[in-house]
Amino acid sequence: MPTTVMTERIAVRSPQKSPAVRASFPVKAREQEQVPEPVVEMRAIRKTFLDVVANERVNFSLRPGEICALLGENGAGKTTLMNILFGYYAADEGEILIHGKKVSFASPRDAIACRIGMVHQHFTLVPSQTVLENVVVGSSGGRFFLDMKRAREKLCALQKRFGLAVDPDAPVWTLPIGGQQKVEILKALYRDARILILDEPTAVLAPLETRELFDTLRTLAAEGCSIVFISHKLYEVMEIAHRVVVLAKGVICAERSVSETDERELANLMVGHELAGKTATARKAGAALLSVSRLTVRNDKGLDAVKDLSLDVHSGEVVGLAGVSGNGQMELADALFGLRVPTSGTIVLDGAALPDGNPKSRVDRHMGRIPEDRMTTGLMLDLSVEDNLVMEHHGDFRRSGMLDREAIGDHAEGLMCDFGIKADGRRAPARTLSGGNLQKIILARELSADPKVVVAAQPTRGLDVGAIEYVHGRILEARDRGAATLLISEDLDEIFALSDRIAVLYEGRIMGIADRKYATKEQIGLWMSGIRDVLCA
Amino acid sequence: MDHILSATFLTGLLAAMMRMATPIIFGTLGEILSERAGVLNLGIEGIMLMGAMSGFLTTLHTGSLWLGVAAAALSGVLLALLMALLTVTLGLSQHVSGLGITLFSTGLAMFIYRLSVGSPVNPPTVTPFTQVALPALSSIPILGEAFFTQYALVYVAFLLIPVLWVLLYRTTWGLAIRTVGENPFAADTVGISVPLVRTLCLAAGGALMGVGGAFLTLAHQNMFLIDVVGGRGWISIAMVIFGNWDPVRGAAGALIFGLLDAFQLRLQALGVDLPFHLFLALPYVLTVVALVGVSRKSSAPAALLKPYRREEKG
Ligand SMILES: Nc1ncnc2c1ncn2[C@@H]1O[C@H](COP(=O)(O)OP(=O)(O)OP(=O)(O)O)[C@@H](O)[C@H]1O
Ligand SMILES: [Mg+2]
Repeated sequence: MPTTVMTERIAVRSPQKSPAVRASFPVKAREQEQVPEPVVEMRAIRKTFLDVVANERVNFSLRPGEICALLGENGAGKTTLMNILFGYYAADEGEILIHGKKVSFASPRDAIACRIGMVHQHFTLVPSQTVLENVVVGSSGGRFFLDMKRAREKLCALQKRFGLAVDPDAPVWTLPIGGQQKVEILKALYRDARILILDEPTAVLAPLETRELFDTLRTLAAEGCSIVFISHKLYEVMEIAHRVVVLAKGVICAERSVSETDERELANLMVGHELAGKTATARKAGAALLSVSRLTVRNDKGLDAVKDLSLDVHSGEVVGLAGVSGNGQMELADALFGLRVPTSGTIVLDGAALPDGNPKSRVDRHMGRIPEDRMTTGLMLDLSVEDNLVMEHHGDFRRSGMLDREAIGDHAEGLMCDFGIKADGRRAPARTLSGGNLQKIILARELSADPKVVVAAQPTRGLDVGAIEYVHGRILEARDRGAATLLISEDLDEIFALSDRIAVLYEGRIMGIADRKYATKEQIGLWMSGIRDVLCA
Repeated sequence: MDHILSATFLTGLLAAMMRMATPIIFGTLGEILSERAGVLNLGIEGIMLMGAMSGFLTTLHTGSLWLGVAAAALSGVLLALLMALLTVTLGLSQHVSGLGITLFSTGLAMFIYRLSVGSPVNPPTVTPFTQVALPALSSIPILGEAFFTQYALVYVAFLLIPVLWVLLYRTTWGLAIRTVGENPFAADTVGISVPLVRTLCLAAGGALMGVGGAFLTLAHQNMFLIDVVGGRGWISIAMVIFGNWDPVRGAAGALIFGLLDAFQLRLQALGVDLPFHLFLALPYVLTVVALVGVSRKSSAPAALLKPYRREEKG
């Protein structure tokens, strides 16, 4: 494949130039002397959804071998813009040029034919089918019968070249999230993508997996692939990208070469103000509000995922539970939420044991629950924003036995304003909101009800830096009101920023608990990889 | 009871099983094709009736049985396209649209039939298909006469079982159909047109349902009555669930149903002293019992019943 690409690049027709943009391309030691012509040029793109303007006058270009990061707050229009490039949405106005040639995409099929591939923010896999089936679907090349042998050979070759190891015959539902991510990338590469769009690929990855992904991306870029990388994590952007484009409210507001910017400036550009960089000030903890003792929980495959785990969280403290994903976090959270019945052990909330597998008891006893998977357990995507905001507490919004629509509306207006939820009105169906705004709905609902105990699983996954700052502030506020907070997170920065005590979950057990004041990232990192204090041993 | 074990009884029973199962196999396969693409076609009962009617009238007027079968398939395609318009293009509720089509086509079938033949005392009849004995195979003792001395449409139905299986599991089209039914968003992002796949599957499924109906008026019987289909469409839907959306297992379910149906007829004929309604109900009751056991671990296509439109996120 790579040989054909080179000739292709020579064959492209001269595109219209835009000198201002050209200057910002990082001068890389590549074979070409002059700055190469853009592979993609999007001009004056505008896209609206009913009343929401998602993109406006967007000019975006991409050059061969370049990794371009797309930054912006939740709802800024990053996904929409990339979906337009991928032919999934049609732009209301504007044009797209690929290799200098004007194209109009009616569907992703046309974009794929132009060798564009996209890894979506929410996975596009069929869980019941195998990796191989997921990869080959729709790429028959006119053949009628499936040629699995050839497909397997091609897939294995790709895996070898880019280091994306997954078993081709495993059904997708058995793979961890990181594995599913690889399948998504393989899917794009299998179609010979030379322009690869990755929409928040690292939001679901553990640090180690992110590093693997970056290695793959670097290999791809070195082979001449152009990559659009969307992420809310600024240090990742600084590490992997050559150029950064910042979107704000659908408009491009800044463009920088990575060599001439820093995280601080980027955060500023995105949010429009200086970030305080909040860290918790340690407080005196009160009585234990949440006590987990000797809890054992099985996972879907019937194996013990949480093993004999005991943990206390006190009033007015945040306990951060760190760990690489897949070490029992999900099962523990499910058991705490009452969604999974533990095989043994008890969960005590404020002195009284919670019945197993009974979510309602959690609501009644004021547990704020922020689930990891917002799409399925946190929200009803077909209901309106206002309905989602009163979901667990709709009993409080009753007048003579009927729902008090007015009160629900007022409640929603208040929270949407407080939490900065961007939506097309409070009656908009939740599914039309951007990923970050969906998470804000859950946070608004759970934290505004004055919870005694808060269990938050990956509360800021997929949120922009401004929103993270806000969420962290809210969690600390709840803590200061005396709530006991268990923060389950894979993000060490978050753990260190919020926690009073840090516990590490490894293979279903607590590896160790340390006071934040005395903990170091190195030590926590060792615990996370299953190594107990080497020096003490 | 000796009677039940005799060779002639067995041959007759098995032959009847094949005949009884055939329209349900057509219906089940047609429904599997639609549902695998994500559309529940509750119009099946009405589509089978329209197939029965249009097949019968065409044969009555032209004298050609195969032309009748073709007309039945065509009417099935047209009604399924109407279903596609409602559920795929307009994204309306599949339940309401399907039931609507069944009600609509039941009325329409009766209307056209009356318009064409009036209401004579003796309903008109056609010369139905005759059984074709397959060379060599039909001379196998007991089984030969039961399985290989059948109507041509019976052979077609049984051939279609592996054909549909291969289509679904061994071809690129089948993978596309299954992906559309499981995750239309995924299908769309690899360049598969979700509306096109769904429409084609509905249309092809409708053709099968129509032919299933025509079997009733052109082979099983030789006249058209308003209740010829008699719930076979609904049974097909049950068989889809029974077979876990797999053509082979669905057809196996249809065969079991056919066997029960054939058996209850024979029990009635034996003159067992019980109301015949009980026997009539037997296959249906057992179907419900079987469904209770099977559907617990059913794996319906994930996107079944869900309309898909690009601008709506999800
Ligand atoms: N299909 C849709 N229907 C209606 N509105 C939509 C749709 N898709 C996006 N929007 C709206 O367009 C805006 C931009 O959304 P988009 O998903 O592009 O944001 P984003 O930058 O990717 O945010 P995030 O970082 O949260 O993923 C949002 O206000 C969103 O509510
Ligand atoms: Mg997005």
